[in-house]
Amino acid sequence: MTDRATEVRRKTSRPPALVMVLALLGLAVFVVPLVGLLARTPWQDLPELLTEEVVADALRLSLIASLGATAISAVVGVPLALVLARVDFPGRSIVRGLVLLPLVVPPVVGGAALLFALGRRGVIGEPLYEATGLVLPFSTWGVVIATTFVAMPFLVITVEGALRNLDPRFEGAAASLGAGRWTVLRRVTLPMIAPSLAAGLLLTWARALGEFGATITFAGNLQGRTQTMPLAVFVALESDRDTAVALSLIMVVISLTVLVVLRERWWPSR
Amino acid sequence: MAPAGGRRRRGQLPRAALPAFLVLALVAAACDSGGTTAESVILVSAAASLTDAFAEIEGAFEAANPEADVVLNLGGSSVLREQILEGAPADVFASADIANMDRVVVGGAASQPQVFATNRLEIAVPLDNPGGVTELADLADESLLVGLCASGVPCGDFAQAVLDQAGVTAAVDTFEPNARALLTKIESGDLDAGMVYVTDVAASESVAGVEIPEGANVTAAYPIAPTTGGANTEGAAAFVAFVLSAEGQTILARHGFGAP
Amino acid sequence: MTTGLQAHLVSGRDNGFALDVPLEIAPGHTVALLGPNGAGKSTVVSLLAGLLPLDTGRISLDGRTLDDPTGNVFVPPEERGIGVVFQDYVLFPHLTVKENVAFGLRSRKVSRREAAERATKWLQRVDLAGLGDGKPGDLSGGQKQRVALARALIAEPRLLLLDEPLAALDATTRVELRRTLDDHLEHFPGPRLLITHDPTEAFLLADQIHVMEDGAVTQVGTADDIRLRPRTPYIADLAGSNLVTGTASGGIVATATHDLHVGDTRIAGPVLATIHPRAISIHRHQPEGSPRNTWETVVSRIEHYGDRVRLQTGDPLPLTAEITPNAVDALRLTEDAVVWVSIKATEIGVEAD
Repeated sequence: MTDRATEVRRKTSRPPALVMVLALLGLAVFVVPLVGLLARTPWQDLPELLTEEVVADALRLSLIASLGATAISAVVGVPLALVLARVDFPGRSIVRGLVLLPLVVPPVVGGAALLFALGRRGVIGEPLYEATGLVLPFSTWGVVIATTFVAMPFLVITVEGALRNLDPRFEGAAASLGAGRWTVLRRVTLPMIAPSLAAGLLLTWARALGEFGATITFAGNLQGRTQTMPLAVFVALESDRDTAVALSLIMVVISLTVLVVLRERWWPSR
Repeated sequence: MAPAGGRRRRGQLPRAALPAFLVLALVAAACDSGGTTAESVILVSAAASLTDAFAEIEGAFEAANPEADVVLNLGGSSVLREQILEGAPADVFASADIANMDRVVVGGAASQPQVFATNRLEIAVPLDNPGGVTELADLADESLLVGLCASGVPCGDFAQAVLDQAGVTAAVDTFEPNARALLTKIESGDLDAGMVYVTDVAASESVAGVEIPEGANVTAAYPIAPTTGGANTEGAAAFVAFVLSAEGQTILARHGFGAP
Repeated sequence: MTTGLQAHLVSGRDNGFALDVPLEIAPGHTVALLGPNGAGKSTVVSLLAGLLPLDTGRISLDGRTLDDPTGNVFVPPEERGIGVVFQDYVLFPHLTVKENVAFGLRSRKVSRREAAERATKWLQRVDLAGLGDGKPGDLSGGQKQRVALARALIAEPRLLLLDEPLAALDATTRVELRRTLDDHLEHFPGPRLLITHDPTEAFLLADQIHVMEDGAVTQVGTADDIRLRPRTPYIADLAGSNLVTGTASGGIVATATHDLHVGDTRIAGPVLATIHPRAISIHRHQPEGSPRNTWETVVSRIEHYGDRVRLQTGDPLPLTAEITPNAVDALRLTEDAVVWVSIKATEIGVEAD
């Protein structure tokens, strides 16, 4: 194609000017806060700040919580999605609503609900405590639970959607060829929804990484035990701004790297 | 000739007008609507521990000044400090410690602070005191679930000061962002003990207090000052005066605050 | 018969679409289930394959009961041993061609190596050697269908079900694949059921044809039976024949508008009379000679089909006649032309209704 042809093609297929302007404004919504963060970053002190113990502890806990939540979501969320997509049971729409609830309800409310259920005086927490002495709030497990609570809906919704869109004839064909239910699941269903499953896991992990409200309400805030990166940033904002900025920068870099790299791999753009 | 041109213009106008309208609407919303309504609003940023006391003061002040509308913005003093320094709208700042007020004054955002109340700390426990807490030293017990306010929050800094003075290393399980959050967890029984203000214990019906001996306790001084960047300087001054007045002081005392 | 397929499929009574189809197929025989879309043919596939349960009735294959609602027997699809070749193939897109073919074996715990070997052999048999490592997405329609066939046959099923196997292909590929199919069907020892809406496919590949309309079987017979003695208007249209209802008595079939002289003098009562389009002669003037059935009518439509021409005639008895283009020219036929129709009595097929 000639240069002129390319030029003309590009001009005529571009959206109208007004759309471009609004798109730029939309981009600004994302870029401006990031620019603010970068402007405020104390670049010279950064190496020292990044090696502080509070940063390492927060990073470690964030990774444990986000990866743990993603893993749990996969193990129980995929079966839940399968049941929701395939089994027609009474009250299915209510269950679907329940799964969506953590998305709609403020995370702090979610954390409070977890306390009412699993706290020391909680509906389940109390008998649990009396029987085993196990206390879930204010523990690292508490962080994982709170994070799973808010992040799992993403996985269930994504996988359920993919299952519903899957042509049931593939599973029928597999069955007619002699594949039992587990084989169909293992060799046909799950591989065919693999891209959606991966996208769901990524989304779940991203949500888990950023979780704050439910964590601080249910698991509390203690460096090394429950203080994930968002909590550390929040607390640092009140006492040590520079540390807060350093922590924020790490979060942004990690998230951006993972999202850019994996998105390209699992959601490739043309 | 004319109709063709006219039609073209008529067609173009609505499309360009829409974004113009949007921009104008945004600008109008951002600006103060001006006039008498703005002047009667007094934005008060106050420490969370003043919640109940200032709610009553708000009521009393508005009863005495019908055109006034006090809007309370409650939160941790350090959070409020940052907000004011970054230019958030506020007419009055009431801090839970001198340190945060000083930083605001140094930042040029407030002037002439006056101490209007004092507060002391107390150990709060659930009503049935499941941890059997009777003194400061009990907070070092690993088997108990103990909470404090985070450092940087006045309540947290004071608590640390008390503990340091008493030579106790508390086995803390959580540092809550403010006293109210801490209190809530004690009320529900999820924590065995925490250090909050005496006013917090007095305000809550669901916790019991364990006194901290005089010698070990600290006194928190609460300063109040009008901000320099506030929109309603008149109202700010009036409010500050009310807080310092006999009526204001009585209300504060009723909620457990000490005299300045 | 304790071999082959014996089935009586009854389903769908509750949702308004009732299906009642008896089917008996001996091993080595191909039965075609021929019907328009919406007749319920896909439901038949699902019921036989075990993807849907029967309401009542029974399915038994080689003496083994697969589905018996009253006897509370239901064999799940993976245990039925029924090979299905689907319309649009339904090949697994995430597996290679070879893995697709080997799927049925791997599901039966055949080792990976042996399954791969057997799959490669089958790919050779369907002329797709060398394409085993590609993905289904890389194949043409005809190639995909051959993979689907190999995939179904490799597991040595007891019954072969072909659901519109040629429907998704273009005309040339269809002809090619029809031959491949015919060949493989010949070699398949068990019963075979071909589901189709294409009469040519049914005529060419099947030993026996069951015509299905609205969930019921309306005619069973060989290709000739269907073609020459259609029992419903749909079947008559399929074969292109004329179908007329009337009452017979003493060699005359009285229709609503006209009396036809027929060869069979013994038949009496309600009958179906069929007249093949080519049995109808068209004349410009009243013809002389033997045909007992002649009448004057008008040409209501002329349609050209390559080297054939179909005429629709009007009252008193509208018929479709088929003549050559030369005849059209010679008779100078146009629409609305007045013509004489003549049909020999012996050319009219009559059957009790």
